Parts: sequence; C-alpha cells; structure tokens
Amino acid sequence: MPTKLAITGAAAVAHAMRQINPDVVAAYPITPQTPIVEYFAQFVADGVVDTVMVPVESEHSAMSAVVGSAAAGARTMTATAANGLALMFEIVYIAASMRLPIVMPIVNRALSGPINIHGDHSDAYAVRDAGWIQLMSENSQEAYDLTIIATKLAEREEVLTPAMVNLDGFITSHGVEGVEILDDEVVKDFVGQWEPKYPLLDVDNPITHGPLDLFDYYFEHHRQQQEGLKNAYKALPEVFAEYEKISGRKYDFLDLYKMEDAEYVMVVMNSAASTAKYVVDELREKGIKAGLIKPWVFTPFPKKEFLEALDGRKAVVVLDRAMSFGKEAPLYSLVKSALYEAKERPMIGSYVYGLGGRDVTPAMLHIPFEEAMKGELDPNEERYLGLKE
Amino acid sequence: MPEKYFEIRWHGRAGQGAKSASQFLTEAAVEAGKYSTAFPEYGAERSGAPMKAFNRIADVPIRIRSGIENPDVVVIFDDTMLGLPELTAGLSEDKIMLVNTVMSPEKVREKTGFKGKIYTIPATDIALEEIKRGIPNTVMIGALVKLTNVVPLEVVKEKVKKTFEKKFGPEIVEANIRAVERGYQEVKGDA
Repeated sequence: MPTKLAITGAAAVAHAMRQINPDVVAAYPITPQTPIVEYFAQFVADGVVDTVMVPVESEHSAMSAVVGSAAAGARTMTATAANGLALMFEIVYIAASMRLPIVMPIVNRALSGPINIHGDHSDAYAVRDAGWIQLMSENSQEAYDLTIIATKLAEREEVLTPAMVNLDGFITSHGVEGVEILDDEVVKDFVGQWEPKYPLLDVDNPITHGPLDLFDYYFEHHRQQQEGLKNAYKALPEVFAEYEKISGRKYDFLDLYKMEDAEYVMVVMNSAASTAKYVVDELREKGIKAGLIKPWVFTPFPKKEFLEALDGRKAVVVLDRAMSFGKEAPLYSLVKSALYEAKERPMIGSYVYGLGGRDVTPAMLHIPFEEAMKGELDPNEERYLGLKE
Repeated sequence: MPEKYFEIRWHGRAGQGAKSASQFLTEAAVEAGKYSTAFPEYGAERSGAPMKAFNRIADVPIRIRSGIENPDVVVIFDDTMLGLPELTAGLSEDKIMLVNTVMSPEKVREKTGFKGKIYTIPATDIALEEIKRGIPNTVMIGALVKLTNVVPLEVVKEKVKKTFEKKFGPEIVEANIRAVERGYQEVKGDA
C-alpha cells in the first residue's frame, strides 16, 4: 500500500533515490539541493541502501566521478543546482555523449550573478542543449514520480541518455506537503536491475570510452545522440503508461488543464503552474474560457503536442522563469516555433516572471490573461511580471 | 471563486522554530486527512534575522504556491518584533493575531495598532517550565488549535507523540504534550 507522508520535495526525491537504490551517488552539496544529499547520506549511513556514496570536493568532480562510475557499469545518480550545475557544465556534455544513463535531480535556482539562492529556471535552460532528457515537476509528488520515471527511461537500450529531473528551489524542495510514496518493492520491480550492455569493467569484452574523436566521427556520434533523444520521445508514452499502472498517476508530454474548450491559454513550467491553475479556475468561474499547458517534458521538446494543443486557440501566453539575453525567452521561442505550421495561428505573447525567486502571485498571473483578452499581445515584445520599474 | 484555503503566516526570528512549527502543523493536518502545505520564506540564513513561514490548510488540493498576503491568522514568536509593519500587512480586522509574550493583549494592540482579535500566551515561559528549554513551538501550536481548530487537538497530541518518541524518551514526549495542552488552555484574548 502506498504511504502518504507530509515531507519536503527534497525528502520526496531522496525517497525515490532510496527506492531506486543506485550503486553509486557522488554529489557535492549546494543550496537548495543540499537536503536531498543530506537525506540520502542518512539512508546510506543507516544501511537502508546499497549505495557507495562518494563525497567529492566540487561539482566538477561530482559529475566526473559519476561519469566514471556509470561507464564502469554502475547505476549512478547525483543532484545539483544552479552554480553547481554550471561548474559541472563541461562534464555534463561528456556524460551525454558517452550515452551514460545518469539520473540527476536539479533543484532549480537562479544562476549568479548577482548571487542568489532562490528559484528560477536559468540553470535548466543553460543545459538545454547538453543532450540530456529534461523532465519538469510542479510539486513534490511529481518530483518523486519523475525521478523514478527518469531512471526507467534513461536506461532503456534505445535511449541510453542521461536525465535531469527539475524541481523548483525552496518552493518545492523546502515546502512540506502530502506525498504518496509507493511501496519499495513496487519501485524496485519497476526500475528493475540495471544491466549495462557495455560496462568498462567487463574486461573480457574490452571497449573504449571517451577517446579523441575529431572530424572523423564526432559528427556521427552527435547524430546518434539525436537518435537517442528521438527514441526517448518515442519511449516516453510507454514508460508513462507503465508508471500509471503502478501508481495510478497519469503523466504525458504536456499537462493539459481545462484545455478542452480553452480560448486563452497560459504555458508555464514547474511550481508556478500550480498557482496558474488556481487563476484558470478563477477565470472559469467568471465564464472566461481559460486553460493551461504545463510541459512535464522539456527535452525532448514536445513540439507536435504543443502544435496540436494550441492550433486554433484565440491567444497563447508563454511564461519563462529566466531570460535569454538578447534573444527571445527559451520556452517562448520553442512554443512560437512549434506554431509555425499551425493552420489557425493564435495571438502570442512572452512574459518573464519570478527571476531569482521573486514571488509569483495569482494577481500577477491574471495580467497575461487580461492582456490576451484585450487583444493586446505583441509577439515581438518581452513583458515582465512583478518587475519594479 | 475556487476553494478558499485557511492561511497562517508565522513571524519569528531565524532559529526560534517557526519554520519547524509550520512544518509540524502541515504534518498534523495531513495526518488528519486534510490537504496542507508549509513553506518558509528564506532570506540569507542568519540566526536572529526576522523570517516568515506559511501554512495553507484545506479540504481540497492546494494550488497557490506564493507567499501568504492575506492571512487568516498571524502567529508571532518573538515580541521584540512587535511594531514591524510586515506583521500586520494584509491582516484584515476580522482576523486573528496570536503572540508569544508575557504582555497583555491590550499592550500588544498598543504596539501593533492591530484592530482585530489579539491573543497572547507566554509560550517561552511555559516551555521553560514544562520542557526545560525555551522552545515555544508546541505551546504555540496548542494555542493556535484552540483559536482556530484547524487540526483536532487529539491529532496534534498524537503527532507530537509520534514525532518526539523517535528521538527522545517518554519524559520529553510527555512534557511536549503538556506544553500543547497548556497552550490550548492558557491562551487569552482581550475580547
């Protein structure tokens, strides 16, 4: 029987890791990821997992150790946030190109500078092209579920691609709420035993990992990574369906909220989507046909699903919790691009919100809907919610 | 309108336990079959700096994730903070203020200018008597339950037992249960 616990998002993720029981975890603590590592270190100390915990001296070392361990054939995890991820950056790409199915929760936090410990999505966006699967969670329950889902997905033979599970710093990681934890055995059976096909430690079948790869094959290897992500896109519905069987919780590329007849649609990721759903309910009570789309999957980007969900709507407002200086905001540019082939293109507008943990209130989230309803959207203007000007 | 949530805003100084108290309340609310969230507002973490924590409690899943601007109850852990404008910000006159202090509710009214219901409890003193440490959490929760009934008293006591017996002996568990009960019984208002 699943157990409902009132715990933080960090504890929920640590429980998922405990149930996955990785062979190796190498991690370096950074706010607001720290409690994940603390809780998990406790599980290691208590002997409830079989994991070898490697306390490294930096995130660059953490990701390096994780790459070595995964290449050796171990099921391997780590976790980080913001500047920790930035320090890992070099090896983040290498993990993907070596096709190592590492799972890494990212507790989303603003990248410095100015230095800030609170939540935004600049860290997730910074590694959007690194070749990792990127799953996005609205709350602690989703962070728990997606950590388990990510493990199953990353390790599929046709995928073999590392995966990040994003949860909002403090709001999700340090917030307490009820989370349903599956039975240990159920999770164990779901993720199964990791049987690496090409482990470095298999000395009878020697292979080469990470050699110099110049103009002869670098290109082909990247083309294969693209195939891994395409296969992840194909495998996701199957993995989601399998997870629904054990949990009763249904996941998809996109979380569609009150979208059946929606005319005005907000697109937003992670915890702000929760508050936005409340705003959609408020608008619905006034008879306004509002709806919301929250991507559970950011990479591989569900372009086709966005097109299907948005074609023919009156207006779409896309919210980004980070900027892309000198360019359109990341989620906005992707959604806008997905609408290139729309038969009836909706009006569209870009809103940046919540940088550095700036609070996201219902009143703030009403503004894009109001501007959409007044027909005041401008596809070429980036607007800011809650900015002091 | 969508469902309203019952909203509590805690004010204290970092290190006094307001965050733990808000977490404890959510744990008890979930235990009682309700939906609840608890989250702190962190600045740079400096012991002694003013901090806030929030609770939402409802019979439906809680969607709003932002800080609480219009609380149903404000709970103040430290009476040296009385007079700070953020304590009464967004707190309307039909709502409640609960303060850990030896001062009278009238005195609190004078210091805060709040016109709604004010309740006081000398929670630190009671904690010193019962638990032998000046940790006002459990007393404050007892008082809060008396005023709002957000979570049944019995569930809170059961939760105290479960939480404390993991780490402490029966004496500490009993002392904390007495602390909850005294908070419940001894909280007083000026109305």
